[in-house]
Amino acid sequence: MAPEPVDRTTTAARVLPDSRLAGGELVPVPKPPASDDDELRVGDVDGWGRSERVRAIARRLYDPLYRRWFRVEWEGLEHVPKEGGALLVGNHAGAIPSDAPVIMHGIETELGRPLYGLADNLFRLVPVVGTLWSRTGGVPAHPDNAYRLLHDEQQLALVFPEGTKGTGKHVSERYQLRRFGRGGFVEIAMRAGVPIVPLAIVGNEEAMPIVYKSGRLAKMLNIPYFPVTANQFVFGPMLGLVLPFPAKFRIKVLPPVHFDAAPNQERYNRSVVIEHSDRIRESIQNAVYDLLRERKSIWAG
Amino acid sequence: MRILLTGLGTYFGSKLAQVLERERSVELVVGLDTREPVLPLEHTEYVKADSSFSILERIVTATRVDTVLHTHLVVDSTQASGRALHEANVIGTMNLLAAAGAAGSTVRKVVMKSSTLGYGANYTDPYFFREGTARSRAPRTRVERSLLEVGSIVGDFAEDNPHVTVTMLAFANILGEHLGSPIARMLRLPVVPEILGFDPRLQFVHEDDTIGALVYATLHDVAGVYNVAGEGTMPWSEVCSIVGKRRVPLPPFLTGLAVEPLRAARLVDIPPEILALLRYGRGVDTSRYREAGFRYQYTTAGAVDAFAQGLRLQSTVGRREYRYERDVENFFRHSPAVVRDRS
Repeated sequence: MAPEPVDRTTTAARVLPDSRLAGGELVPVPKPPASDDDELRVGDVDGWGRSERVRAIARRLYDPLYRRWFRVEWEGLEHVPKEGGALLVGNHAGAIPSDAPVIMHGIETELGRPLYGLADNLFRLVPVVGTLWSRTGGVPAHPDNAYRLLHDEQQLALVFPEGTKGTGKHVSERYQLRRFGRGGFVEIAMRAGVPIVPLAIVGNEEAMPIVYKSGRLAKMLNIPYFPVTANQFVFGPMLGLVLPFPAKFRIKVLPPVHFDAAPNQERYNRSVVIEHSDRIRESIQNAVYDLLRERKSIWAG
Repeated sequence: MRILLTGLGTYFGSKLAQVLERERSVELVVGLDTREPVLPLEHTEYVKADSSFSILERIVTATRVDTVLHTHLVVDSTQASGRALHEANVIGTMNLLAAAGAAGSTVRKVVMKSSTLGYGANYTDPYFFREGTARSRAPRTRVERSLLEVGSIVGDFAEDNPHVTVTMLAFANILGEHLGSPIARMLRLPVVPEILGFDPRLQFVHEDDTIGALVYATLHDVAGVYNVAGEGTMPWSEVCSIVGKRRVPLPPFLTGLAVEPLRAARLVDIPPEILALLRYGRGVDTSRYREAGFRYQYTTAGAVDAFAQGLRLQSTVGRREYRYERDVENFFRHSPAVVRDRS
């Protein structure tokens, strides 16, 4: 793993024409101590199941999708800390959401820092998929995992507090943010003593809109929702479940939210947590509306 | 320090006795087991006892031990029937602690060797269990249930006997060349089973660190529960390739059914708790015992590497075992002909 110094400063509203780091190695972040037995290892899978080698391949494969298909544009990337832990929080959408891989790809190639994506532990049940998900930086969204990532290892983690309520929305409800869980993400950030960086994402809704939902089938299959997507009408029933539309992605990074609560507490005042959670949700919702006001075309931006 | 040690007939028990009898502060080691010691011992006294330790109170009173080291918990469910396992773990611990806590008992310290198996392995688990973390699902196997029960018995004992230092060490999967845990047995096979599509994170502790951790708890006062495991986790595929073994996939569905013929044919016995581990893996947070002052010699990678080296040696020279000869041992211990000079 050759450390490649990244000294590029990211400016607001810049397009990413070149991604030198895409497909290459990331700048290695300091690992927790006592891993000096590294020369005994033959693989590079870390304690979270993430492998930088697998990530590098994933980035190489995903890069065309990121740059040519979604033509992702960032705004305010300087708000993402270059070192230290931070919890990235965004709005979630699309039957099979593209926002998570887009953000992970963008942050890793732009900032040269790994980003761990906290997600539903249901992934772990699926053979092959679960392993690949884990190797590419997916981590079950357990409070202990989030705390260890953010506090002990000072990493970046990404979470979508809406969860499947966000991705399971009907197309008619697009960009109407759902409840942000019970504010657990605020509590984790407070406990870990790290800031929350809110992200407003536009394009994720149109990449794979749900036009019909079958509650009965979802119940039968024991999955959160059973979608029929617009993509399936265009690309066919199978391909339509995996191939998103080339909607233009714009991501606006809002200024980090710091908390003045003492870290490492067992519990935090519920009303303070809920208030912060609501305020962050509100700020993301407003930023999404701003982006939609500026957007002239779903496909061209 | 006068020590009562259970499980002397296992490699750990014998090795532990060997290390402890060399300690200057240790006056006496009395070892209990149904089986004879597996290593030569200089002056440890061996008492043959049934696994539920019914004669324990008499021994404690007679020898006036101040420290009880309980290494006899059965965590390998392939080695005992469900009933024997319950008997050894739950009833054995109950009797042991009853004797240690009896009126007039001289016991001031109890050290337990337990396992991280008690945390289970499930898809809803956190990646690193802390000492206080509860299981995310109720236990299904007998060995896990018995370990949880032992945990609560020990907790009650510690609460009722504040004058006794109670230490419970939860060991991750132990690897070492002297040892036959289910994982180690799988790694000794010509090809190693895996569950198709799953590559779990596993954590190991080297057998020397296991001994070291138990000795540390015996010689220092560290009350409470501690995870003991090498730093870091490693995917099963990597463990197999360091050991130099090919993997054969088991089907991801109905896996329990698929291993049944393997067990019947006596090829390999993978109990359900190990199948869960091969699917979801397990990691534990090890900072607490390190903060209590214990220093590891091996990380997880180091333990796997040492195990691989041991396998390579054994593939050339075979496994050497010590056979306990009662008369010879008695001669060395009690005959006036033997010159005993410990200082």
